[in-house]
Parts: sequence; C-alpha cells; structure tokens
Amino acid sequence: MNAFSRIAAASALVLVLASPALARDTVTLGVALEPPHLDPTAGAAAAIDEIVYANVFEGLTRIGSKGEVLPALAESWEISEDGKTYTFKLRSGVKFHDGSDFDAEDAKFSLDRARADDSTNAQKGLFKAIESVEVVDPATLKVMLSSPAGNFLFNMGWGDAVMVAPESADANKENPVGTGPFKFGSWSKGSFVEITRNDDYWGESVALASATFRFIPDAAAAISSLQSGDVDAFPNFPAPEALDAFRSDDRFAVVVGSTEGETILSINNTRPPFDNILVRQAIAHALDRQAIIDGAMFGLGTPIGTHFAPHHPAYVAETINTYPHDFDKAKELLAEAGFADGIDATLQLPPPTYARRGGEIIASQLREIGINLEIIPVEWAQWLEGPFKGDFDLTIVSHTEPLDIGIYANPDYYFHYDSKPFQDVMEKLNVTTDEQARYDLMGEAQRIIAADAVNGFLFELAKAGVWNAKLEGLWENAPVQANDLTGVSWNE
Amino acid sequence: MLLFLSRRLASLFITLALASIVIFFLLEVVPGDPARLMLGINATQDAVNALREQMGLNEPVWQRYLSWVGGLATGDFGRSYTYSVPVSELIAERSVVSLPLALLALTLSTLIALPAGIYAASRRGQAADTGVMAATQIGIAIPNFWFALLLVYVFAVSFRLVPSGGFPGWDTGVWPALKALILPSIALALPQAAILARVTRSALIEALGEDYVRTARAKGLSRRATLRRHALRNAMIPVVTIIGLQFAFLLAGTIIIENVFYLPGLGRLAFQAITQRDLAVVRNVVVLLVAAVILINFVVDLAYAWIDPRLRRRGR
Repeated sequence: MNAFSRIAAASALVLVLASPALARDTVTLGVALEPPHLDPTAGAAAAIDEIVYANVFEGLTRIGSKGEVLPALAESWEISEDGKTYTFKLRSGVKFHDGSDFDAEDAKFSLDRARADDSTNAQKGLFKAIESVEVVDPATLKVMLSSPAGNFLFNMGWGDAVMVAPESADANKENPVGTGPFKFGSWSKGSFVEITRNDDYWGESVALASATFRFIPDAAAAISSLQSGDVDAFPNFPAPEALDAFRSDDRFAVVVGSTEGETILSINNTRPPFDNILVRQAIAHALDRQAIIDGAMFGLGTPIGTHFAPHHPAYVAETINTYPHDFDKAKELLAEAGFADGIDATLQLPPPTYARRGGEIIASQLREIGINLEIIPVEWAQWLEGPFKGDFDLTIVSHTEPLDIGIYANPDYYFHYDSKPFQDVMEKLNVTTDEQARYDLMGEAQRIIAADAVNGFLFELAKAGVWNAKLEGLWENAPVQANDLTGVSWNE
Repeated sequence: MLLFLSRRLASLFITLALASIVIFFLLEVVPGDPARLMLGINATQDAVNALREQMGLNEPVWQRYLSWVGGLATGDFGRSYTYSVPVSELIAERSVVSLPLALLALTLSTLIALPAGIYAASRRGQAADTGVMAATQIGIAIPNFWFALLLVYVFAVSFRLVPSGGFPGWDTGVWPALKALILPSIALALPQAAILARVTRSALIEALGEDYVRTARAKGLSRRATLRRHALRNAMIPVVTIIGLQFAFLLAGTIIIENVFYLPGLGRLAFQAITQRDLAVVRNVVVLLVAAVILINFVVDLAYAWIDPRLRRRGR
C-alpha cells in the first residue's frame, strides 16, 4: 500500500472507532454558595439542601417540582378521623448508603432527634406538633400529634425532616449517609462536592452516573464557566444582566421559573407611626411593584399582593389590587393619619441585591409621599441581631420557606403583627385536612393580611436557570430549596 | 550575627503575641451570633442555645483566649464553627493552592521586572527606557481583576487552552493543577512586575550615579561589567524590600483574583469565614498571615545582611 492509502485507511479506522459516542452521564452544576456542611437537619443554609435534597437524603414524603406532596420512604399513609394520628406504611428493602437497612426504628430515631430538647435542627417548629412517635412494626410508623396539623405531610417533605441512621447521623455533616439515588462521593472544601449513583437504590436507577457541584460565587466567573464548558448548568444563575446573551446562544437554554421567596418590605407593626393602619395603607399605595422588579431584578420576578406564592393554586390574585399604586391616595391617607408633614424613618437593608437595589427604589417612591428614609446597609449577622429581634422601622427581606404564611399568626415574630381574626383562621387551617377547604382558608388568610397592609408585599423571587440545551430534567421552579437530579439526563 | 538573629526572633514572638491579643478581642466586639447565623431565622431559641453550647461559645472570654493561644503553641488551631473540622485542616487544604500561586506569581513578576528594570536603567533617556516606562505605567493602572477577566475570555472561553477557573487538586496530576494556576498567576504577576520594574530602574539609576561607578569606568571597566559587579548589588536593597512586600500581599490579598477564578485559596477562606461569622477560622487565618508577614520581613532582613556586608557588623 502506498502512503496515501495507508493514511486513508488509518483515518477510516479512527472514524469508525470514534463514531459510537456514548451519551454523557455526568453533569457539572454551578452553585453560588458553598454549604457549611452537608447535614440538612442541622442547619438552615439553602446551599445544603441544594446539594443533598432528594439526591442523597430522603424523608417520609417528598416535594415534587410543582410543590405537591409525594410519597418517598413512606409509600402510603392513613390519617385518623380527628387528624391527630398518622400511620405511615414504610417501604421495604431500603438501605442506607453504608449498607444498613432502613426501618421504622430509624424513622423514629430521625424524628425524635429532630424534636429533642438539645436538637440543633433549624426548623424545629415543623416537629412541634408531634407528641410521640411509635414503632408498630419494622414497616409501620405511628406518629401522634398533640393537635391536628393540616400541613404535616408537607412539613415532613422538607430537607430538615429527612431520614438518617443512628450509626451515621453524627458524621452526616462531613460524610452524609442517606437513602437516596445518589451517594456522597467527595467534598473538596472551597471547590466542589461530587455525588455518585447509588446502585443499591430501592427505586428506579437515575440516568446520571455522577454529578459535581462547583462553588462559583462571582457572577462574571459564572458566565465564563458556562461559556467555556467547564460547567454544564447553573440552576440559579447569579448574573441576570447576562441572560440575554445566553438566550441568543443556541447552545444554552434559559428557563425562568419562580420560587417560594416572598420578598417583602417588612414594617414594624408595633412602632409608631407604623402601628397606624392608615400609614401602612399609604405605604402600600406608594409602592410601584413593577418599577422595583425592573429596576432591581432586571425584570425577573412576579408581583405579589400578599404573603403567598403566585404559582400556588390557592393564591388569591385580587390581593394585588387591594391597594393599587396611587401617590395621591397615599398622600391623602398620610394626611388623614396626621402626618401631612412627612415621616422620618430608617430602612435597614441586608446584603442581597433585591434588598440593596430594591431598597433604593422604594426609598425614592416613599419620598414622593413625604416619608424620608435613611438607608442603612447591614450584614446578615447584624440583621439577625437588629431587625430580626424587632429593632427596626422598615427592612426588606425575602422569606423563602414554602407556605410560610403562618408566620403572621405569631405576634412575637419580628414584625409583631397581632390579629385575632388571622390567628383564628390559622388555627382552623391547622385542623383542616380537606384540600379544597384548606385552599379556601388560605385564601381568607391572604385577604386579611393584604387588607391590614401588614407589610409591603413586593414580589416573588424568580429563579433563572441557564444550562446546556442538551440537558433535560432540571426543574423550572423551586417549590423547595433543592436541585433534584433524579430526572436529569443528557439528550444528545 | 547571633545577637542579631536572637534579637530579631524575640521581637517576632512579641509582635505575634500582641497581634493575637488584638485579633481575638477585636473579633469579640464584632456583632453577630454565629449560631443564630448558621441556623437561620426560623430556628427556635433553644436550638440556637444548644448550638452555642456545642460550639463552646458560652465560656468566659479570657478562658477562650487562653485555650486558643495554648492550642496554637501545640499546633491545635481549634475547630471551625461552620465546618466543624479542625481549622488546621482547612488552612492546609487552602495553602496548597495559595502558596504555589503566590510563589508562581512572584517568580513570574521577578523574571519580568528585573531584566526590564535593568534594561531601562542602562538605556536611560533613550527610546527603550521610555517604552519600558510606558509599559509599566499601563501595568500599574490596570486593575488586576479586570485583566484577569480579559485573560479568561481570551484563553479559556475563546481558545479553550486552560480552564476558566477552579482547582482540580494536586492529586489529579501536576500539569492540570498548574494549568489552573497559570492565568491567575499572570493576572497577579503583571501589575506587581510593573511596580517592581520601576523600583529596580530607579534604584539602579541612583547606584549608577555614585562615585565608585565613575571610578570603575575610569579604570577601564566595561559598562556591562560595572553594572553587573558594582551597581547591581547596591541597588538590590530596595528591590528585595519590595519583593518581600509583594510576597506578603500575594499571600493575603488575592481574594479578588480567587473569586474571579473561583480558586479555593486562603483569601476566599477568610472572606467566607467573615461573612459566616466563623470566628475560629478568621482569627487563625489572620494570625497565620501576620506570622507569615513577620517571617518574610525577617528573611528580608537576613537578605539585607547577606547583600550588604556593612550591615552584618552593626548587629541590628
């Protein structure tokens, strides 16, 4: 054979060997914050759940992509007539990642650990209603509540309520051992966390063989990491100003969804003059939500009229018109309250952009009606010492826990709203388990706080996800803080 | 010489002790409860109290200071509040990124700056000198993070020669790890090189104006030999000082570059620890950096003594 035909033959061989390209089965995700540790039952950081929820750990129930309650380690349940006893039928054949079996004893251990007096669970309130937990047999768990709690099943789907094993629970911060479809691989501090497929999973095996979460806090670095291909997906993209560039690039898919983050202008309801409803109503009339969304959030976000997620079926859309944007009406109400000369107050702003940028826009809107705000930027640690302990006039914060309208029933909560009618509705809601009846009560609750103008209800935080166009299965919305990778696969 | 060394060491320890006191008590005054910050706004007060007990935050201040300092002497830096792992582990993990990066940047900076400075000084007033001065002017003016972004865009995104950031770890191979450090070290080195080149140039020009240089030339020594044997050594003292300062900066001040390239370095560790109120990590990293700077100054002093024999006798 001469040189040419040898080369041709070699190239043909190379092409033939290279053509059956295997579908990719690993994915690299970029996340902005590194979690302090990997135990979702011992910390509030969303960054923890964003790695381990539904991937490494599972609870009795699970929250799906639409915010619905799905069975997880409990395959079915029965609720007693009085709503105080839940009997869970647990799945069999479930193993923890260290090989030990999962049974009702482990479930009892997990729940008791979370509600213990010395527990450091960040959402201890979820377990408050539990009076006792009983193991009927290895596959059946009985939970007795002191009073009916209508959202108990939803609460058990939170990351703070996942099932852990007594043998490994203490080491979960560094070496998480759960029952999920992925097991913990490695954690290079400051760099990345890797999880790998659990071949002994009780359910359907996932498509991905492994996933790596890289910590990239800087927005510009996020953009370049996606463009260079070092990262395949950014489920919560931190640079909204760059979204248009990605939208026009065919290699990427830009998916904007919503979250459970109600961003509000919190008003101290016990501090004059804000204890006067006329003043709060004036503030509500002065706010122009769309201007805030456009100016502070690059147009990403959905206006809300009350403390409830607009994507939820029980959301009352009319609440947005309770106090429509009207500067004249606002000035009238202020004058009626006796503050025609204006009010001086402070606005404390924590670090996120929705607060710092949104705060400036709100300050200028309120200045139009005579309320002069001194803007005080604070760090989270200071915010927790000051506004969160009730020492503030106004502040801006986003409450990201799902279905948290119940915070308005607690008069000790930092904005100190005390309304008997609202508390009554919440009590009734707690003992109601019928879905339609619950939705009606939730609607009533929303209307009450909207009418009382408790806080300035601004908008629901949006979630902008940018990922490789060939990637499928990543969630559009974030009904719970998580990056559920169970349904993710490459489509090439 | 021994007296010189022992006096230096003594002042090193005293400075370190004073620094540790200032650092510890300054951090105590900072507002914010680490336990509350970690557990978030929904946590109940007794969960927060339980965590405070666990982290040992309820002990009296003096006791905590003494146990910390005692631990430092034995190499036990305590446990991180947020990560619950020994702080020494965290620092060690980050140092294997920060130290090589600092050394690489310093080497690059010196390799570029010294020849450039010498070249400019020896051709003073001519076009070459003006060219080097203009280049250093630009180098000093450019913000290093902007330059870093430019490098990323050209070499990582467009040409895909190196990763856009991150650090794969030394155990995956020396070359991939070095590739990840190339762009950051160039971004760090160039502005430093500009400053160093200017300092070298002006120190050398001053040395070249001295009488002994004129004597050497009058004796018939070539320009190059005069520069190399007489002027250069005398110009080294300010240069060595600047190199020492730059190394100290490269160890502690690279937080912005580490952010741009999302490198898990010491700067990022300190920054994350501060925002999370992980005071255990903050105080240890700060004390370590103070010790490093003091040590560098000590080495620079030794270098002075080596360069200039006149300093050895005075035993300062």
